[in-house]
Amino acid sequence: MGAATSFSGVSDMGLLAAAPFSAVVFFAIVVLLLDFLLPPGRKWVLPLVSLVGLLASSVLVTFLWGREVVGFSGAISLDRFSSFFDLLLLLGTALVVLSSFFYARREGIERGEYYSLLLFATSGAMLMASAVDMVVFFLGLEILSVSLYVLSGFFRDRTVSVEAAVKYFVLGAFASGFLLYGIALFYGAAGSTQYGAMQAMLSSGGDAPTLLVYAACALLMVGLCFKLGSVPFHMWVPDVYQGAPTSVTGYMSVVSKAAVFAAFVRIFGTGLAPVQIELSKVLWVLAVATMTLGNLAAISQTNIKRMLAYSSIAHAGYLLVALTAAGRAGYSSVLFYALAYAFMTLGAFGVIALLRREEQEALDLTSYSGLSTRHPLLSGAMALFMISLAGIPPTGGFFAKFYVFSAAVGAGYVDLAVIGVLNSLVSVYFYMRIVYLMYMKEETVGIEAPPSLAARAALLICVLGTLAMGVFPSGFARLVASSVSAIF
Amino acid sequence: MTGEVMSQVPLITVVTFLPLLGAFLIALTNPGRVRFIRTVALVTALVDFAVCVPLLAGFDVSTPSVQFVEKHAWIDAIGSSYHVGIDGISLFLVILTSFLTVLSIGASWTSITHRVKGFMVSMLILETGMIGVFVSLDLLLFYIFWEAMLIPMYLIIGVWGGPQRIYAAVKFILYTLAGSLLMLVAILALFFIHHGNTGEYTFDLLKLYGTAIPGGVELWLFLAFFLSFAIKVPMFPFHTWLPDAHVEAPTAGSVLLAGILLKMGTYGFLRFCLPLFPRVSLQAVPAIAILAIIGIIYGALVALAQRDVKKLVAYSSVSHLGFVMLGLFALNTQGVEGGILQMVNHGISTGALFLIVGMLYDRRHSRMMEDFGGLWKRMPVFAGFFLIVTLSSIALPGLNGFAGEFLILVGAFMKNAVFAAAAAVGIILSAVYMLWMFQKVMFGEPRDGDGEEQSAAQKHGSVFFDIGARERWILVPIVVLIFWIGVWPGFFLSRMHASVDALLETVRNANAAPVESVEEAASRGLPTLTRQLMHGGEEDSEGASQGASQEVASAMEPDTQADEGGE
Repeated sequence: MGAATSFSGVSDMGLLAAAPFSAVVFFAIVVLLLDFLLPPGRKWVLPLVSLVGLLASSVLVTFLWGREVVGFSGAISLDRFSSFFDLLLLLGTALVVLSSFFYARREGIERGEYYSLLLFATSGAMLMASAVDMVVFFLGLEILSVSLYVLSGFFRDRTVSVEAAVKYFVLGAFASGFLLYGIALFYGAAGSTQYGAMQAMLSSGGDAPTLLVYAACALLMVGLCFKLGSVPFHMWVPDVYQGAPTSVTGYMSVVSKAAVFAAFVRIFGTGLAPVQIELSKVLWVLAVATMTLGNLAAISQTNIKRMLAYSSIAHAGYLLVALTAAGRAGYSSVLFYALAYAFMTLGAFGVIALLRREEQEALDLTSYSGLSTRHPLLSGAMALFMISLAGIPPTGGFFAKFYVFSAAVGAGYVDLAVIGVLNSLVSVYFYMRIVYLMYMKEETVGIEAPPSLAARAALLICVLGTLAMGVFPSGFARLVASSVSAIF
Repeated sequence: MTGEVMSQVPLITVVTFLPLLGAFLIALTNPGRVRFIRTVALVTALVDFAVCVPLLAGFDVSTPSVQFVEKHAWIDAIGSSYHVGIDGISLFLVILTSFLTVLSIGASWTSITHRVKGFMVSMLILETGMIGVFVSLDLLLFYIFWEAMLIPMYLIIGVWGGPQRIYAAVKFILYTLAGSLLMLVAILALFFIHHGNTGEYTFDLLKLYGTAIPGGVELWLFLAFFLSFAIKVPMFPFHTWLPDAHVEAPTAGSVLLAGILLKMGTYGFLRFCLPLFPRVSLQAVPAIAILAIIGIIYGALVALAQRDVKKLVAYSSVSHLGFVMLGLFALNTQGVEGGILQMVNHGISTGALFLIVGMLYDRRHSRMMEDFGGLWKRMPVFAGFFLIVTLSSIALPGLNGFAGEFLILVGAFMKNAVFAAAAAVGIILSAVYMLWMFQKVMFGEPRDGDGEEQSAAQKHGSVFFDIGARERWILVPIVVLIFWIGVWPGFFLSRMHASVDALLETVRNANAAPVESVEEAASRGLPTLTRQLMHGGEEDSEGASQGASQEVASAMEPDTQADEGGE
């Protein structure tokens, strides 16, 4: 703390705030260049270099942990909040890269662009988490989104993939337009795009917020909700998740979502905090609709990626519950949830990416029948992730929901908590169906799981993370509490 | 000397987590080494049961407070800790759990042949979960055990069960979760109410006892807990998952479902509903008693109509658990102690009945009564055991069932003679269906099956060869306990006594403390006021009372009690 204040006058401190994601950008470029130099048989170096880059960035973040630096004329903030999300996003990306080692080669997308786009996307996500200015936030979001538009269409010869990319791009660009319009209105109202200025403007004037502010909030919310995949802007999610390469789907549902929630918390927790009460009413409705639709629609899915797409909509709904509850408890629970969700969802997608049936990805739910007889470890891990996603203890998913609902009850939203737990009940049905297929059905022929060390390492990390958060949540809870306290 | 040693060993933790250790060991074993896996599972369960001996021996009869307490920090920020211990209410349930697990593993020795490794791992994890529920003194910890044990049971029913196993497993898990998820919200609400009252964040059960809850809210919280426990018990009309789960589960699963999982519901009422929401609990007595009596008679009548022996036993559980509920909500010493004793009795007798049905099924591959008959001659040793268990289930004096049901009826009679009379009908009906079943199965002409059973028939001379050493060893300890409890129930009751009295005291004191305003109380007339004047403040023995002006009212007067508490 003392070090931070003594350095804060120095002009180059702005670079320090930008250092973590700059490192990622640097390695993204390295990967891109290296791609030209490597012979086709040596492409495995690329994920390795990406991992080194991610590791370097996380070392940097850990080293800077606890410092508070605002750089670039108050546009980027390095604090424990951004550091937490940086670590989370880097971890998520590392897990995706680990499971891509094998997946990308098998599916023929092991190219330099794949890894460098992943890294670029991550740098955008990190920028979103540390942005304290609307324009920088938008910049980060676009870096993330554009990379993802390309990544989701990475199977150039598969129609579903191309369809996913086009759909994502057209709708995403549309949503970006809303967002940008909202930011413009804010600038009109506050005279600045910085969160702090917004907060000052909203809380200083004695009179009620003007129509301009409400219009800006509405447009902003439309844009953010689209990126989250929240109802009623969720239409793209199932198609894009289904069509994109499985590793990218995992990335989208965890890293990109976590980044949007990080920005959400910063904007609603600081910039828009004075109008929180009014916004909560809207968020309440969004949360209920998102949870309910996501869970109900997931029941009838036959494709596991589509099922997880709807499940990710539902989980966005639980997170909206936490945002509705707001306050320190609510925002802490968002962070806790994002971490637990990263472990369990990336684990689930990791298993899906590994399996193969009849020379194709094993995406049909029935492919999982009897998986436990041939692959006991993999199905055990998958069962754990499903149990965790369903929110049954002792897993990280349970405590994630526990903290969310506890924040909701604490803030007086008992109704939201009740609707939330009833939704959990619905979700148990389709998550446990995977368990039932794996353990209680006859084995289907031809399902294979190649022994990929990297992918299994990623799964092991996910299993350990899920269990650790479920049995000893205390340390994680302290971590998120201290991270959140940095922005209030 | 021994006391010192014992106090150093965290006995409760050992009892709870030893099975998990065994499960871990088995998980690392090659699935092909079936014999080794079975042995490890049995040895783990036996050692766990042996650890219960010092629990019983070291248990202090004289104090109502929780014993063998261990408390370690867990989640400080929300005041949740690893807080475990046992008192007179949970002592026998813990022992019963480890006892029945040993028998269940023994019973699965030959009947579970595929995926033995997974089965034994599930059984041992289940044991950890079940014991954890009974020893937890922290609401969050309790909830985690309560839900975590659903998964192994789901797998046991779904993987190793009968033809309709998947339907039964899904129904089981969805029903149970439906109740418990709402309970989670209620737990959170209680947590915040307690914080509002005292400024302290805590999930510690002993601290939450006596939390002053606003009248209207208490009802909702009670209902959430009630739903969760009532589904588990199961009380009429929440019982529909039970026949499916019991019938489809493998023998070991049925034994543990009936023997332990159902007790979690009744235990939940005792440990949570009554002391946390004493006022509403008291008001709910008539409703619960009526539901219990409907359960007793309905369960018995449906059992009468069954041709499937396992279904009959399953429905008899609905009836027996109705007795337990009636006893608990008589809210007097006799009723509650009888209820707890009957929980243990039902675990033993019904567990034994499921074991016996399992033995029959192993031989005939059928559970239909018309497929049996004449076993009295073919299986004389088995017949003897079966008779004793049957008589225990219909509460013959001198056997365990009598001690429990008699106390329950006494308790119910003191509360309301009509309730007791109605419940007694259930005892008569239970004699009818049990003896009728016994007659169909054991007497008459033997009916050997054909087809796959013929190989066994040739080997042993008949499909119905008598039970061997392993099966005898499973049934002998049960019969010992049946006689032990029947002849000397005092041994068990004396260990419950202090805790039960303390619990009832808590309920009475809380009901005596006024929640309504003085004017309201006064407008109600003399009875409330006189009682307040006649009795001074008495601190409840758990020391958890809020200390508002207290008085002792007799909980044995339903008419005047029921209208207390107010809005």
